[in-house]
Amino acid sequence: MNYEERLQNVTVLGAAGKMGSGILLLTAVEMADISLKPENRNKTYVLNAMDVSHEGLAGLLRYLKVQVLKIAEKKMVLLRKIYADRTDLIENKDIIDQYVFDVINIVRPVTKLEATYDSNLIFEAVSENKDLKVKLLSQIDSNNPNNPWYFTNTSSVPINVVEKEAGLEGRILGFHFYNPPAIQKLVELIVTDKTKKEVVEFAKTYAKNLRKIIVSSNDFAGFIGNGHFMRDALHAITEAEALAKDMPFVEAVYMVNKVAQEYLVRPMGIFQLIDYVGIDVVQFIMKVMNPFVTDEELHSSLLDKMIELGVKGGQKPDGSQKDGFMKYEKGQPIAIFDPDKKEYIPISEFKDKCDKKLGPIPDSKISWKSIIRRPDKEVLLGDFFKTMKTMKTFGAELAVKYGKRSNEIGKKLVADNVANNENDVNTVMLTGFFHAYGPVNTFFD
Amino acid sequence: MKKLRKKVYMTAGYNTISLGTGRREFHPKKPRPGIEYYIKEAGQGTLKQIGGARNVDEGAIGNFMAPRFNRQGNLPGFIPMIDEELQWKPCTSTEGACGSGALALMSGIKSVLADTADVVLTVGVEVQNTMKAIYVADVLAGAGWYQKRKNGHAYFFPGQFSDRAGAYYEKYGMEYTRKGFCRWFVNAIKNARLCPTAQEYENKVADLEALYNKIKPNGNTFVDNLTVFDCSKVSDAASAIAIVSEEGLKRIGIPKEEAVEIVGWAQVERNVTYDPPDLTELTAIKKAAKEALESANITIHDLATIETHDCFSIAGILATEAFGFAEPGKGAQFVADGNTARDGKIPMNTTGGLIGWGHPTGGTGVHQAVTIWEQLTDKAGKAQIEIPKDRPYGMTVNMGGDDVTVVAIVYKRG
Repeated sequence: MNYEERLQNVTVLGAAGKMGSGILLLTAVEMADISLKPENRNKTYVLNAMDVSHEGLAGLLRYLKVQVLKIAEKKMVLLRKIYADRTDLIENKDIIDQYVFDVINIVRPVTKLEATYDSNLIFEAVSENKDLKVKLLSQIDSNNPNNPWYFTNTSSVPINVVEKEAGLEGRILGFHFYNPPAIQKLVELIVTDKTKKEVVEFAKTYAKNLRKIIVSSNDFAGFIGNGHFMRDALHAITEAEALAKDMPFVEAVYMVNKVAQEYLVRPMGIFQLIDYVGIDVVQFIMKVMNPFVTDEELHSSLLDKMIELGVKGGQKPDGSQKDGFMKYEKGQPIAIFDPDKKEYIPISEFKDKCDKKLGPIPDSKISWKSIIRRPDKEVLLGDFFKTMKTMKTFGAELAVKYGKRSNEIGKKLVADNVANNENDVNTVMLTGFFHAYGPVNTFFD
Repeated sequence: MKKLRKKVYMTAGYNTISLGTGRREFHPKKPRPGIEYYIKEAGQGTLKQIGGARNVDEGAIGNFMAPRFNRQGNLPGFIPMIDEELQWKPCTSTEGACGSGALALMSGIKSVLADTADVVLTVGVEVQNTMKAIYVADVLAGAGWYQKRKNGHAYFFPGQFSDRAGAYYEKYGMEYTRKGFCRWFVNAIKNARLCPTAQEYENKVADLEALYNKIKPNGNTFVDNLTVFDCSKVSDAASAIAIVSEEGLKRIGIPKEEAVEIVGWAQVERNVTYDPPDLTELTAIKKAAKEALESANITIHDLATIETHDCFSIAGILATEAFGFAEPGKGAQFVADGNTARDGKIPMNTTGGLIGWGHPTGGTGVHQAVTIWEQLTDKAGKAQIEIPKDRPYGMTVNMGGDDVTVVAIVYKRG
């Protein structure tokens, strides 16, 4: 079975979810492009969008329509060639409409697992629950006569565990997209000792066709991305908790968040990132990873407390941010949650005081947004952090400590053999988390 | 046959801003004024200068594709909307693709020549930002023959002129040609920066040449031989001007010095179902310019300035050859040497032209006339160029389609 044959019948499990919908979109477009080749015109291509939620699947189709339209508009020059023999399609609009239909026409929204029994390839993007993953995959595998391949999008569960428990020997690998899959360029590729070569080859071709950058990570819980993020988040939480001994909790969260964003020149503050991913998801990933790490404790009682209080973060179906550590208005944090008072305190009430305590930023012209696309950003950042190290302000000291910790986490991922080298760690953070510089650097030495 | 049996003047020109990418007011996702707003603003801008609508005998409006861009036809009906006193007066609309504006001018000129009107309010308008560029391309493709749309480029017109540029590259060299294109672009932006209504008015890029050379033509994402900097933009705008007889001037109380006299014109039509006879020549423009100058009894060397239809940089280069300023193949050099810059031998498109000021397709012809009127009557503000006493002439050349519907008009200081 070659690449194109394998893609004739595919399933995405959890297709209505945040990650699943993106994977479904990209796969649908890839399958449609194959189906539109002259030699494939008489073949049928099926992409099962499997999810338990009818409501979610309805939302998925709305999402697909909007996204495929955007994709079509961008590749109009190519589409005109693809549909050159369709004399009924003359204007760009005619061709775009046809393409949107041809992509969506491949998708079969389904809620019953039976639909997956004909697939050659299964993308798994259900919730981060190992037992659920194992249950679904083993059920499919025992009913599907095609010996299908399984690509799991897990960001935390070791692949070999799923492989073994679901009995999928050699036919599974970790294919971890970043959120949102349609935009983020990074995919972490994780193989087990048993993963067959042809499965890996297919995965690489597929990633290349989707224009993704692959970073291979070894099969340790959390892999590279969450391996860094979870520890980085724990550092921030620990720092905030320590600061909160001498000041209100909300001020501590505000300061650490600001240091991460503005002093460390990141796209968003660390607590905002936790909210973006979802406090529940972060807690869950730590819980999944923790049993597999022996020399540290990946757990935060603060996260447990937030969840108990029903504060979860994450995103609404329309992509807007739900309230978590912080409350958001038009995507911007405006208040911070006080777990004791159980209410959000407006940032404006303590912002000036905290900013004053932190002191000035080394160079107000340097921000993530202002430098991210600049070719000379390494030099700019070098100067920025050099200045920061000479500053004796509260903010600068927190930032240097934070930068050093991030560096340490990055190096440990290599030492622990999660990542093959420092470069891979940096690539993951640069492309998957949109950082302006990799964690393994000399800025904070 | 004598073209001008009596004197015809133009005066009281008015331009709205050219709205689109580049203007601070433009947000793709926010609501924008509709076509009615532009017609009204431009029309009233002219009416204010001519003593109001009661002085107007007739209205003419040039527009290309309102039925598709704005789902609106029957544009003559929008002239009485400009002012209550225009109600019940005769109005006409003209369509000849991007040459629609000049057809409206011709309609006004002919009404005056026919003694059926002494004052014609002429408006040109297009509101195109109602759709994304990829669909705008579909609409504008209507300026070509629909039977050829299927095999044309996704960006149909850029594709047509890319083929012209490609043919020119092949004959005379790509690098050589693109130096001329680059200068054409730089001139356009620099001139637009002097005109507050121009779409590129706020362009602050310091090194325009570096900007132009930063991207190379790429057929995988756009057309083979042109980049975005070789193209005019998608624009919303309207322009208006009054076309009047000598009696009309008296009626509206404007002295001749504040008007321009129409001393020559030519209308040329090429069969739209034919391919251009020579990709490296704008044949219809060549004929029109020659005929217009002959009818004015002057030569290109008597012109102080020209507004030419540079929907693409290649059209600007080819126009210099069509007018006779440069031999075939030498137009790129002529432009690269600065001859068409505002301080050059023959300043062209002194408020930015289609690439710098903007290209509200059906409105462009009227905008060109307004610019020449401004320049010859010393009303161009910061964009004003010097008009030599012995060369008191200007010319506009408006083109619809790929060298299909062409109007050239020669103006003299009143």
